[in-house]
Amino acid sequence: MHAAAHSVPATESTDLAARVAQLEARMARAPDPDGMTLLVFSGELDKLLAAFTIANGAAATGMSVRMFFTFWGAAALKERTLLGGKSLVERAFGLMLPGGLKHRALSRMDMLGVGRRLMAREMRRKNVALLPELVAQAASLGVEIYLCEMSMEIMGIAPQELIDYPNIQYCGAVKFADLAASGNTSLFI
Amino acid sequence: MSEPHTVDLRGLKCPTPIVKLNEEFRALDAGAELIAVASDRAFELDVQAWCRRTGHELLTLEHDEQTLTARLRKRVG
Repeated sequence: MHAAAHSVPATESTDLAARVAQLEARMARAPDPDGMTLLVFSGELDKLLAAFTIANGAAATGMSVRMFFTFWGAAALKERTLLGGKSLVERAFGLMLPGGLKHRALSRMDMLGVGRRLMAREMRRKNVALLPELVAQAASLGVEIYLCEMSMEIMGIAPQELIDYPNIQYCGAVKFADLAASGNTSLFI
Repeated sequence: MSEPHTVDLRGLKCPTPIVKLNEEFRALDAGAELIAVASDRAFELDVQAWCRRTGHELLTLEHDEQTLTARLRKRVG
């Protein structure tokens, strides 16, 4: 009887410990309310401006912001074209993909470059940060850039051809899924 | 206590006023105040959201026709 009376609190405490451990395990997997992940698929100027403006605003608010660039988004980060060590198709891609952040077309009203020039002029006149400035701002705010390895492979983009940005990381869909699931906010642009 | 430092954000556009404000706050002592003057219309709601998320305090927010003036206090702890 005496032993039985003692066994109740003992079970309760192990039960409690197990529940705390369970809760802790769940908490470790809970999405961070301050985590934001942007999947940047597009490579047009207007969409990149939107992506970096949101990223920088959030980062300046103390959020941890990750940008995952894939397809045309990944191609937009190519700053220069090197032709060495590439297949014919990769070279063709390299020459056809308009390189660099300064040569992005608009998704609408580009009008063979007239639209983007007018927009750049208006942005400068109204003191809005241009894309290269926003990218530099993102770097200083600690916005992390992840690049889709497969996109680079398909389009023949080499790491040496990319923009200067601290600690660009190369990864795949699983890392993106992990990044997206670990923060409360994910955006596709 | 002396008058808080004023940071001039006039002429800057989204997201730069908040990016600059964030930089200024990093150098500020906990509990210290700062006055921010901005002309970007987005600043009114953005600075409120910024304070809500960062935990810094928005003491006052006034506007006249051209400018918004926010008086802020850095979070303690």
